[in-house]
Amino acid sequence: MVVASIVAFLGALTAPWLHRWLGNVAGWVLALLPLGLAVYFASLLPSVVEGQTLRHSLAWVPSLGVNFSFYLDGLSLLFALLITGIGAFIVIYSGGYLKGHPDLGRFYLVILLFMASMLGLVLADNVVTLFVMWELTSITSYLLIGFNHSEFRSRRAATQALLVTAGGGLALLAGLILLALMGGSLEISELLGQGQLLREHPLYLPALILVLLGAFTKSAQFPFHFWLPNAMEAPTPVSAYLHSATMVKAGVYLLARLQPALGGSEAWSSALMVFGLATLLTGATLTFRHTDLKRLLAYSTVAALGALVFLIGLVPLTDYYAAMGFATFLLAHSLYKGGLFMAAGAVDHEAGTRDITQLGGLFRVMPLTGVAVVLAALSLAGLPPVLGFIGKEVLYVAALQAAPAWMVGLAVLGFAVGAMLALLLVVPFFRGQPPQEVHEGPPSLWLGPLVLAGLGLLLGFFPGLYNPLADAVASAVKGKAVAYHLKLWPGFNLALLLSLLTVLLGVGLYFLYPRLQAWMAQEPIPGPENTYVALLRGLMRLAAGAERLLQSGSLRAYLVWTFGGLVGLVGLALFRSGVLLWPAGASSPKLEQALLLALMLLGAIGALRLRSHLAMVVVLGIVGAGVALVFLLQNAPDLSITQFLVETLTAILIALVLLQIRDIGSVPRGRWLDKAVALGFGGLVTLLMLGVLAQPIELHLSQFFAQKSLPEGFGRNIVNVILVDFRGLDTFGEITVVGLAGLGVWALLQRRQRKERP
Amino acid sequence: MNTLILKTTSRFLFTLLLLLSVFLLLRGHNEPGGGFIGALVAVGAYALFALAHGLAAARKLLPLAPLRLVGWGLLVALLSALPALLLGQPLMTGQWFSLLGVKVGTPVIFDIGVYLTVFGALLSAIFGLEEAAHHPSEGA
Repeated sequence: MVVASIVAFLGALTAPWLHRWLGNVAGWVLALLPLGLAVYFASLLPSVVEGQTLRHSLAWVPSLGVNFSFYLDGLSLLFALLITGIGAFIVIYSGGYLKGHPDLGRFYLVILLFMASMLGLVLADNVVTLFVMWELTSITSYLLIGFNHSEFRSRRAATQALLVTAGGGLALLAGLILLALMGGSLEISELLGQGQLLREHPLYLPALILVLLGAFTKSAQFPFHFWLPNAMEAPTPVSAYLHSATMVKAGVYLLARLQPALGGSEAWSSALMVFGLATLLTGATLTFRHTDLKRLLAYSTVAALGALVFLIGLVPLTDYYAAMGFATFLLAHSLYKGGLFMAAGAVDHEAGTRDITQLGGLFRVMPLTGVAVVLAALSLAGLPPVLGFIGKEVLYVAALQAAPAWMVGLAVLGFAVGAMLALLLVVPFFRGQPPQEVHEGPPSLWLGPLVLAGLGLLLGFFPGLYNPLADAVASAVKGKAVAYHLKLWPGFNLALLLSLLTVLLGVGLYFLYPRLQAWMAQEPIPGPENTYVALLRGLMRLAAGAERLLQSGSLRAYLVWTFGGLVGLVGLALFRSGVLLWPAGASSPKLEQALLLALMLLGAIGALRLRSHLAMVVVLGIVGAGVALVFLLQNAPDLSITQFLVETLTAILIALVLLQIRDIGSVPRGRWLDKAVALGFGGLVTLLMLGVLAQPIELHLSQFFAQKSLPEGFGRNIVNVILVDFRGLDTFGEITVVGLAGLGVWALLQRRQRKERP
Repeated sequence: MNTLILKTTSRFLFTLLLLLSVFLLLRGHNEPGGGFIGALVAVGAYALFALAHGLAAARKLLPLAPLRLVGWGLLVALLSALPALLLGQPLMTGQWFSLLGVKVGTPVIFDIGVYLTVFGALLSAIFGLEEAAHHPSEGA
């Protein structure tokens, strides 16, 4: 599994080159990567179905318990199969859809990187690995939504998706760390067995809220649903892959994964059921505002994600129906929604519009896409004989078993809108005249939708094929073994009656749709997106205000802020800590020390009285050189040399900078604020040193380095051994900063010179 | 600057300072010195030479542009950290061996990386500023 994950990442990196060599067939070749991975995961099916779980671990930071550990059970296997299986068709589809696009190579790279991250996410066992993969999906999703980066709308949608999901990601990180602290392990597989302990922990509620924030933002739950429809600015393969079948399900996956650990409390079930249902209804209601195929599908995805979250909330309250409904509906939705998105893209690609009111008679000219749409729409509407029907039936049974009647009623309403949407999608294929010169796209465009929709039909007729894996998925979600017999025809029961009602309502809504649509689309409806916009605008205003105040462009002002702030904050801390002491047993200075001090004092006073900047730099050098001599007197030759050299080079640098500034004039008199800040800073450092000297000196570290320097570092110069050996990594960071600073100076000077010589 | 004394002495001083800088770098592990200090001395040497003979002459005495030295320095420092990984030890664990009777170790190589980076970054700033000083701009 570790190997599979690494292969996925490395394979993605070859994409741009393969694209350059192979041109238009690159999509078909690159699809071999996800396909091969899918075959690998399929080969693991028999052992997982038998109830085995596989675990592989690679040490990463073992001292902190952070590992690249992967865990495969029914739930992760289903997701892995969806990601790689649908991924293969998406890659093929992208080759046809974006044929000739100048950035197609980069597109392959990012979408395959996304696939690898998503795969890592669902396989991860360690919460740190999971979080890294989670963020990687957010970042790759950002790049994919903003793929048409010359369009303002794409960039805005991409930024919005990133801010919402990455903001939630931060909450998730905090939540996962809390969970790990509570359960005493970073491995999810170990946390799962500690549900009792976690639920009774005083930190349970904060952890739960943080995890829910992460999952809800990722899976576009109300009130964070708004980013998902906006993300439809992405090219269609992205919408089909990320925003229906995989990434948006990451939140759902996480909730299902943690269900055995976090579920079982009142808070868990009510939060998931209420927010899931609210999302379902929000998605359903907003469907009426649009006529654009992709937007319609996006809101239907929001609704379906709500239904899935609702189901996870039901899992602890029912014996196994909710878990089974989750397993079935999840697969059904991924198959039909992925298919529908790809078909919508194919229609857009061939007919040039996605507006359902403009389209008509498509079946005659695009029969293969048409068959796919009809089959997928059957699943969306929840009609027999497809998998979507079974999924919805089990969902209804679960809801009837444990949810209050009003919730069941609202769920039926939400699904009725799905049935209406199915009709809306199918009708343009049959009614009306086909537009001129529209024809079926190349195989790459219809293969994916047809196979995915066909799978829905196959599994509808033979649910037994999926049954063993569904049991394994449900067991993982439920936290104990589940065995349930999936049937296409469960006999007459209340759920079937509700299904019938759903379809009838859906047909009714279809006839009301034109009027409702005209009415709903008129007014902008205030929603949570307004809050997002207001927050973003407020942040910008705050940043602009802070910039005006702090970054005025005057170096003097910067120094006053920096040193004034330092004096204020450190001074306050010093005052409150109460270490303002005169060190006991301080000896009076020797003659040479006193003379040195007098010299330095003279230099400082001289600097204050001088009117020429250059002379000031030189005179201040006296103070610096005096400090170096102090070091020498105290037997610190290393420090002394460094101080001398730094002092010399600083003088050269400042002199060179001063030469740049024309009309610098002489140092102005007065400037009492500057003097006060300077005096305050000097005073603060003096007080700090006195405070340090008043404490007993802790020699532990010094002794450690003095003892270990020669035997372990093979050097007698302790300072140097610390720099290049004991604390080598710090030094590496520091020289990187030095190098970057040099680069920064160079870039600034370049810019100035270019301005002069255009 | 056109002073005969500086021009003459700077040639000797330049060589001496550079030798001193390498000396400081290499003896740094046991005696006062090290990559950072050595680099500062070398920068001083070049700054002095540029002051006396002009920027172009100083640049000629440098095989690579200073900024490139930054890259090389970081690379050398990074490479010195890797052998330990290959031997299955934590990153940067010092590896020591004897070369023609002289004790050599990865920390010394790391120090050379520090030397190159600090030297390159500082000298790039000084050269850049000096160049700009000869073409003072109107705006600033």
